[in-house]
Amino acid sequence: MYPLEGTGPLGPLLPAHISELVVGLVLFAIIIFVVWKVIVPRFETMYTERADAIRGGIERAEQAQDEAAQALAAYREKLATADDEAARIRDAAKATGTQIEAEMRSKAEDDAARIVNSARAQVEAEKSLAMESLRKDVGQMATTLAGRILGESLDDDARVKKTVDSFIVSLSEDSPKK
Amino acid sequence: MAYGPSGLTVLETEVPTFGVSAFDSRPLFPSERWQECHPHEGLAPQICSTSEYATWTDIWITNHILQAVIAAILVIGFWLIVSHKPQVVPSKRQWIGEYVYTMIRNGVAREIIGDNYHKYVPWLVAMFTFIIVNNLFGSFFLFMFPTFSKVGFVWGFAIITWILYNAVGIKKWGFFPYVKKMIVPHGVPGPILILVTPLEFLSNFIIRPITLALRLFANLFAGHLLVMIFVVGGTYLLTQIKDNIIYNVAGGFSLLISFGIFALELLVAYLQAYIFVVLTAQYVSSAQEEAH
Repeated sequence: MYPLEGTGPLGPLLPAHISELVVGLVLFAIIIFVVWKVIVPRFETMYTERADAIRGGIERAEQAQDEAAQALAAYREKLATADDEAARIRDAAKATGTQIEAEMRSKAEDDAARIVNSARAQVEAEKSLAMESLRKDVGQMATTLAGRILGESLDDDARVKKTVDSFIVSLSEDSPKK
Repeated sequence: MAYGPSGLTVLETEVPTFGVSAFDSRPLFPSERWQECHPHEGLAPQICSTSEYATWTDIWITNHILQAVIAAILVIGFWLIVSHKPQVVPSKRQWIGEYVYTMIRNGVAREIIGDNYHKYVPWLVAMFTFIIVNNLFGSFFLFMFPTFSKVGFVWGFAIITWILYNAVGIKKWGFFPYVKKMIVPHGVPGPILILVTPLEFLSNFIIRPITLALRLFANLFAGHLLVMIFVVGGTYLLTQIKDNIIYNVAGGFSLLISFGIFALELLVAYLQAYIFVVLTAQYVSSAQEEAH
């Protein structure tokens, strides 16, 4: 129908030949068939897989988030316990320290008292020793000295001794008053 | 119209002949009778009717039929390649396919048809890609001719779309309830129905396929005509007019403009394919939706 094109009342709106129409529809049918049977199933299957993958990913992420939240809670709990424990240990240490200090102090005081006492006892002993020695030596020396001064022997022990003793006694009576 | 020289041989003639002749299909294996009716330059063109000259090869094996076949092969090849072993994480090749596929599947089918859009996806995807490839042939150097500026292809698509949406409606509602639904708008008072019903009938059953076909056809036909006028006319003015500098300048200028028109044609090629499937989806949606 070549001559029809452009000659009829419809001009170029009339197809040159029905062949175009038929070929167009046949080709379209073939394309639809391929797209329908091959292409769309391929894409849709892949979309389903992708949706599953994404959904799975979200679930995994949620799971991980839950785990993280649990770990955080556990960590916080542990931290609080640790704080408590630290405080308790600190308190205990402080108490122990105080106790040890008190013990040490009382021990030191005891020691000091004991040392003072023993020193005092030693002094007392040495004093009485010195007194004894003094009593003996001073009597001796005094007798000897007096004998030299008097030029005579004062070996008459009984007499001398009596004099010396009485002297010493008089000394003893004097000394505590000092 | 008589058969003058086709578009490009115009350059060698004294007076250019513009017209639809460049839109004529040419047989790939022309018969003798066809050659007589389409003489080479210098011979007087004859007016022949189809029955006089055409063998079946003159009609069924032409450059434009071949072009449509190549387009179909390209479309099928494209989809087979981009959808080959699709992965959850797409490759670049797959991504391109998915981009086109989801544009039609989600952007057109799901958006417009709604719930049961899945079964229309193959139709819309096939239609969109077939139309856009054929349209792009209009700016593609091997063909330089948009297949759908041959109106026969377009009528075929309009008819098949018309059958589709009416079949969907009749299947869902039954014949008479469907026709009633389409021509008697819900909530319109009686007297106005006398006015509205014929209009709705015209609009939904007659005008729709016609506008669908004409919109696609006329855009491509006019676009190609425009390109030809600027390219052929511009070339003629630039090279064939020897003694008028203004004509030469105008010819050069119109060649420059033809580049802009080519860019426009690329946009039109996409836009018309998109509009065609959007309207198809729209008609299917209106056929199956509840009374409006």
